Amino acid sequence: MNIKKISKKVLLKNGTILDPYAEKEFLGNVLIENGKIAKVGKINTKDASVIDCSGLIITHGFCDNHVHFREPGREDKETLETGSRAALAGGFTRVCAMPNTDPPVDSPESVRFIVEKADTCPIHIHPIGAATKGQLGKELTEMSGMASEGSVAFSDDGLPVMDGGVMRRVLEYGGMLDLPIINHAEDLCIRNDGVMNEGRMSTRLGLPGNPVEAEGVMVHRDLELAKLTGAKLHVPHISTAVAVKNVSEMKKQYKNISAEVTPHHLFFTDDYLNEFDTNLKVAPPIRSQSDRKELIKSLKNGTIDCIATDHAPHTIEDKEATFDMAAFGMIGLESCLGATLNVLVEEAGLDIMTVIKALTVNPRKIMGFESDVFSEKTPVELTIFDPVETWEFTKNDIFSKSCNSPFVGRKLTGRVKYTIVKDQIALI
Amino acid sequence: MSLLHRHLLGLEGYPAEDIQTIIDTAFTFREVLDRPIKKVPSLQGKTIVNLFFENSTRTRISFELAQKRLSADTVNFSASTSSLKKGESFKDTVQNIEAMKIDACVMRHPTPGAPLRLTEYVDAVVINAGDGTHEHPTQAILDMTSLQEKFGYLKGLKVGIIGDISHSRVALSNIHGLIAMGAEVILCGPATLIPPHIEELGVKINYNLDEVIEWADALNVLRIQMERMGVSLFPSVREYRSLFGITTERLANHKKEIVIMHPGPMNRGVEIESAVADSDQAIILDQVLNGVASRMAILYLLLGGKAES
Repeated sequence: MNIKKISKKVLLKNGTILDPYAEKEFLGNVLIENGKIAKVGKINTKDASVIDCSGLIITHGFCDNHVHFREPGREDKETLETGSRAALAGGFTRVCAMPNTDPPVDSPESVRFIVEKADTCPIHIHPIGAATKGQLGKELTEMSGMASEGSVAFSDDGLPVMDGGVMRRVLEYGGMLDLPIINHAEDLCIRNDGVMNEGRMSTRLGLPGNPVEAEGVMVHRDLELAKLTGAKLHVPHISTAVAVKNVSEMKKQYKNISAEVTPHHLFFTDDYLNEFDTNLKVAPPIRSQSDRKELIKSLKNGTIDCIATDHAPHTIEDKEATFDMAAFGMIGLESCLGATLNVLVEEAGLDIMTVIKALTVNPRKIMGFESDVFSEKTPVELTIFDPVETWEFTKNDIFSKSCNSPFVGRKLTGRVKYTIVKDQIALI
Repeated sequence: MSLLHRHLLGLEGYPAEDIQTIIDTAFTFREVLDRPIKKVPSLQGKTIVNLFFENSTRTRISFELAQKRLSADTVNFSASTSSLKKGESFKDTVQNIEAMKIDACVMRHPTPGAPLRLTEYVDAVVINAGDGTHEHPTQAILDMTSLQEKFGYLKGLKVGIIGDISHSRVALSNIHGLIAMGAEVILCGPATLIPPHIEELGVKINYNLDEVIEWADALNVLRIQMERMGVSLFPSVREYRSLFGITTERLANHKKEIVIMHPGPMNRGVEIESAVADSDQAIILDQVLNGVASRMAILYLLLGGKAES
């Protein structure tokens, strides 16, 4: 990956412009002047430096509402800087970083630390503040002060807010600030010591199972409490048919609900755990084929709003352990587009517009970011990709500080070529 | 005759003919064990390490004895997982041992899948001596050897497995092995201790012990771990005993001959009454002897031996 400053005037020429905001797709050019969108469409200009985009799609820079960049505390796994490079490689220009760092981002001061650090990074990084102090699920954090410093949402992600009474207060207080509340939806009592999806596979492997109801029950509780309090609830990494059904039912009665799905829950099934690959150990776990099919269907019909990677870097030794001791999580930024286009477009036949909306406009709307990225004078945030290239994902394609990806060695469809953001262009 | 797989990690998908080869070879070694000098030179010059990451008495002794009877050189390594948690990784431990040039590893580990990981880190033949709640293939083979010895056949044999199925590697390996050999299996135990989707492995579930006794030719009675009581998997010993305990009184009601097995160690008075354990219908001590013979057969076949004619 080569990152360099863009010229004063850049013409992206002869691409397929896919505008997920206007839901339009047409052949044309994009002119960037002084780091801002100058014009989209038919453009005649002489003095711009030209990037030939024939055969490629030009669209909004992707936005990931769910990453773990590990700073502060576990800089050996990832930093805001290295995470940014992984994001650029995956076509992401904007991400929201979860607060389960060490110490957690649970005060206005720690939010400011992230914002100031993020300022020096090549992409836009927004902190999500902890919902409870120390992510202990007991006392509310200073959400208003954190919001003033730049926190865009609140979550104890990694852990659920287990106490329903506390969750109600989090939603009430967060609702007052009109910011989304994101709850890691797993009932820990039902999950118990489960390390993979409970089913035929967990029984065969002798590994403790985590039943779909651990998510279903928690999502149901959160949805009811969101309706009660009027807060915005965003359901992260939805993995089960039962949770999807709950979201779908609640969306008919109450509007402030959104949900995300990860590329890995769309791509893999628990059958892939056959050989105890710890890179597939994630929370919530990789589910069964029937759950996976339901996730794909729900992204198509809009029950699930967006795709988020839950990029979770871990060191080699954290993963090169026996299955019970290995850490939960996988990285996902670099492989996201190739994995999702492979599953959703090539396998399931969704149109590419639906997928790109789930990576651009929809996540931006959930977080309240400007979502009309092609409008004039908008600071540039563009991704240029080949929609049909099939390629094998290798360790060389990873720019994260960690390499815990089960996508290594797998065939993906669609590949990012350029990511343009913050006056810089990354050639992938 | 050699075996299809280089390692013995589990009985899931293991060829029936190879299971039969091991059982037949075990009977040959049973004769050796009846001789005044119970030792053959078959594995002279081979080095085997017994890696026990979890406490074990009978399995470790059984393996060690099998190795000594075959004239192999053996080394024992015991580590509690707590010491692994403290620092040295699983990978480092096994690579250190591999560096010492060994031919086979017999491993007991608390985590499912650990033996498969081991095959990636070492060149030696790997034999699973129990990986958590996953498999315990040598126990299942010795159980099947004992059943074949008692009945003369396995195909069509009706076996009830009684007790804590969820936390039992013995159950899982027995299920795979018995189904492969054409036996029928019914599981019986508290619903909280029977894992979901287990029927997909080709077994039936029946919570009524008396019905299972009426049906079965043999019962494999599993050890019930008392610590399961504390996490409300079953309420009390009294209740467990009344629903699933194998007692003379219960067996007497059925007026039939039934063979009783137990992989040990037994909780006398809980899952099995002493009088039953010590009765003629129990083949528990035959299992122990067959354990040595079966493990001799497995080591012999995996370490380059050929089945004796």
